[in-house]
Formats: sequence, structure tokens, C-alpha cells
Amino acid sequence: MSEDIKVQDTDTTTPVAQEIPAEKSVSSFRLIATLAVAGALAGLLIVLVNQHTKPLIDKYKAEQLQKAVYEVLPGTEEYDTYYLVDSSLSLTLPAGAKESEYKRIYVGYNAEKKLNGVAMSRGESGFQDVIMIIFGVDPNTGKLKGMKVLDSKETPGLGDKIFKDMAFVNQFFAGPATPLIPVKPGTGKGKPGEIDTITGATISSKKLVEIINHALEEWKPILDLGIPQSPAGTANEEPVKKETQQ
Amino acid sequence: MRKTTPSQDFIRGIWNENPVLIQMLGLCPALAVTNTVKNALAMSAATFFVICCSSVLISAFKRFIPSEVRISAYILVIATFVTLADMLLQAYAPVQHKDLGAFIALIVVNCMILGRQEAFSAKNNVYRSLLDAIGTGIGFTIALVMMGGFREILGTGSFLEISLFGPSFEPWVIMVLPAGGFLTLGFILLAMGYIEQRKKARPAGDKPETVEASS
Repeated sequence: MSEDIKVQDTDTTTPVAQEIPAEKSVSSFRLIATLAVAGALAGLLIVLVNQHTKPLIDKYKAEQLQKAVYEVLPGTEEYDTYYLVDSSLSLTLPAGAKESEYKRIYVGYNAEKKLNGVAMSRGESGFQDVIMIIFGVDPNTGKLKGMKVLDSKETPGLGDKIFKDMAFVNQFFAGPATPLIPVKPGTGKGKPGEIDTITGATISSKKLVEIINHALEEWKPILDLGIPQSPAGTANEEPVKKETQQ
Repeated sequence: MRKTTPSQDFIRGIWNENPVLIQMLGLCPALAVTNTVKNALAMSAATFFVICCSSVLISAFKRFIPSEVRISAYILVIATFVTLADMLLQAYAPVQHKDLGAFIALIVVNCMILGRQEAFSAKNNVYRSLLDAIGTGIGFTIALVMMGGFREILGTGSFLEISLFGPSFEPWVIMVLPAGGFLTLGFILLAMGYIEQRKKARPAGDKPETVEASS
């Protein structure tokens, strides 16, 4: 009897040998097996649900972005997405490239298929976290056409005025010249491009103006090279990114 | 095994052992996301889903979980359901998901949920565990909506985004900021303590001192 137990003690890897002492303490194999099985099932469940929800999530994000492009470029009927590939604009990505790795602009066209404006999004650290915005600009006049905050975790009640205070937001739709100049409310000298910041949200609202200026600075050399003046649909046989307003 | 009736299991979490107001568990979400009623409701719904699913699953499989790894197993189950809740919310209620942000993922470390698994589901059958989980979930919801309502009404002058006082109302911005959460919780606990004190004093009516003190 005692010999049997000795043999079992040395042979700890096989689960069968551990069945007798299992009443008192569980073998480490069983501990690992339990967690492994549970983990595998959990993983399977998550993958299944992810497969179901991923398309919905992506669709919603794409819809939100699409809506935002039309919002910041009033009068746009359709738009093309251009990616920055080797410092020039391209409708298509190099084969096998990940879409998320490329910077892009959205070029909007009006009902007569004429260039209406360029929308671009950019995120920079605000007061709490990254403020993500999208804005539209007329590349010919350099005047802003609109702006929308896509994502912000700014302080509720104070910093969130950058998208809740309509008087502030509407300034970006009134066609200010760029680069924008942030000024304290009431101290503006009537120069074009002056944006009244918000009292109580000074950092957030100033930052918002800076993001737009930075984005324009970054894109200016590329925009100066010229933007397609009409939608790509007719010339291009494969309009991959052509989207029309529904 | 236990001397409680099913109805007691159910009621316990709602009032006598309310997770937030009595046990002081799950305070992180209770303070963080209750600046509006809508957020409080979304958070409660996600937590409700997680606690019910985890309790059922853990009580059903408690025989197969060795006690040495039970906490890891509980966390694994809870984390799985939290991930599911996260993805489902993102797919079907993206606006609420955006508002709640990181706090959805943090449901995993809500000690209220783990506490119920360890204290109840691991020792009781599926039916009792589900009742207990529903009760606790409702108790959590009540606490969060109470705080959310209080903070939203004072902080923005609205309830469920319906304006209550008109444009002349100057909102107390502090109430929707983190400090307002602590203030609100403090006042609610004060009120709860007062009610409890009154309750205790009543049956002890034969002692004149307590009666005087409470009246």
C-alpha cells in the first residue's frame, strides 16, 4: 500500500495517478486544466460575439465619419477619400497596406460636381484627453467651412462647451480665414480668422483652434500640389472609395 | 443550507445589503459615471447583465471549479461577460458606450460582482443565485439612478435630458464634476444612516434615552 503511494508521488504529471489524493488537495494539472478549458470557452464566446458585432461597430463608425464630412462641408453631394501615399494623394492604397496607417483627406464635391472643399480630421491632447475633430476648408480661399468634434473627454460642464456651446461652434461655420487666431471673448479687433475662445474652457477652445492650424500647416504643401477638381468616379474604373450621400 | 427564503435572497441586495449604499462596494462606477441619469442607467444595465450571467454560470459550474483557483475562475467568467457587454454596447448603443468610456472595462474589477460570486453563488443553487444577482443588480441600479438623478437635476437642471427649470436656472457645475459625486454620495449615506438610526431606535422604545435622542 505504501509503495503505491510512493509511486504516485513521483509521477505527478499524469492525472490518473492523482485521483486518490484529489480528495484532499487538487492536483495542479486539474487546476491548470480547469482554467484552460474555461479560458478556451471564454475565448470562443468572445470571438463569436466579436464576429457578430464588429461589422455593426465598423458600420456605425463609418456612418458617423461620413455624416461628419457632409456636416463640415456644407453643400457637399459626394466625396472621395484620398490617402497620402509617398507624399502625394492617391485614391487607392498600395497592395496589402493597412488603411489605418495612412493619413487621408476627404475631398467634397457639390451638386455640379465641382470642388466644394477638403475635410480632414486630426487629434491632439486637450485638457483631459485627445480631442478628435474633423473640419472642412476651401482650399482655394483658405476659408474654413465647418468643424465638428468627433471625440472628446473634456470636463463636463466646462471643457465640453467646445461642442455644446453653439455660439462657439458656429464661428467655424461662418467662414473665418486661416490660420485662425484665438482671442479672448470681446477683445477681437475684427481681423478675419479671429475665434472667440470660451471663458471657463480656455485651454480646450484654444487647443481646438491650434489643432486646425496644425493640420492646415501639415497639409498645405500637399494641397498646394493640386486637388482633383471633379469626382474620381468617371475617369477611374474602380471607384473604391467613392461614396454618395444617401 | 441557508436559512433564507428566496424572497429574502431577492430583497437583500435591494435594501438591507444594498451594494453601494450599505456595503460600500462598487463605488468607483457609482462616483464616476453618475453625472447623468442616462449614463447611470447604461452602467447599471451593463453591470446587471454581467452579474446575472456570472452568477448563473458560476453557481451552475461550482462543482467543477477547484477552490484553489476559484477566484481566477470567477474573474475569468466576469471578464468574459464584461467583454461581451462592452462589444454589445458598442454595437447597439454607441452613444452610451462613448460616454461611459473606460468604465465599462472596469466592471471587471467591481468588487460587488466578485463579492456576490464568492459569498453566494459559490454556495447556492442556480435559482437562488439568480435571485440574489437580480436583487443586487436592482439595488445597484437604484443607487446609481438616485445619484445620477440628484447630480443631473442640480448640475444641469434637467432629468433624462429633459430641461426642468427653464433657461433662468444657473446649473451647479460642481455637481456633474467628480467632487459632486462625492458630495452626493455623502448626503445619500447621511440620509440612509438617519433612517437606519430611526429604525433601530423604534423597537427599543422601552429605553427612554434612545427615544428622546431620536425624536
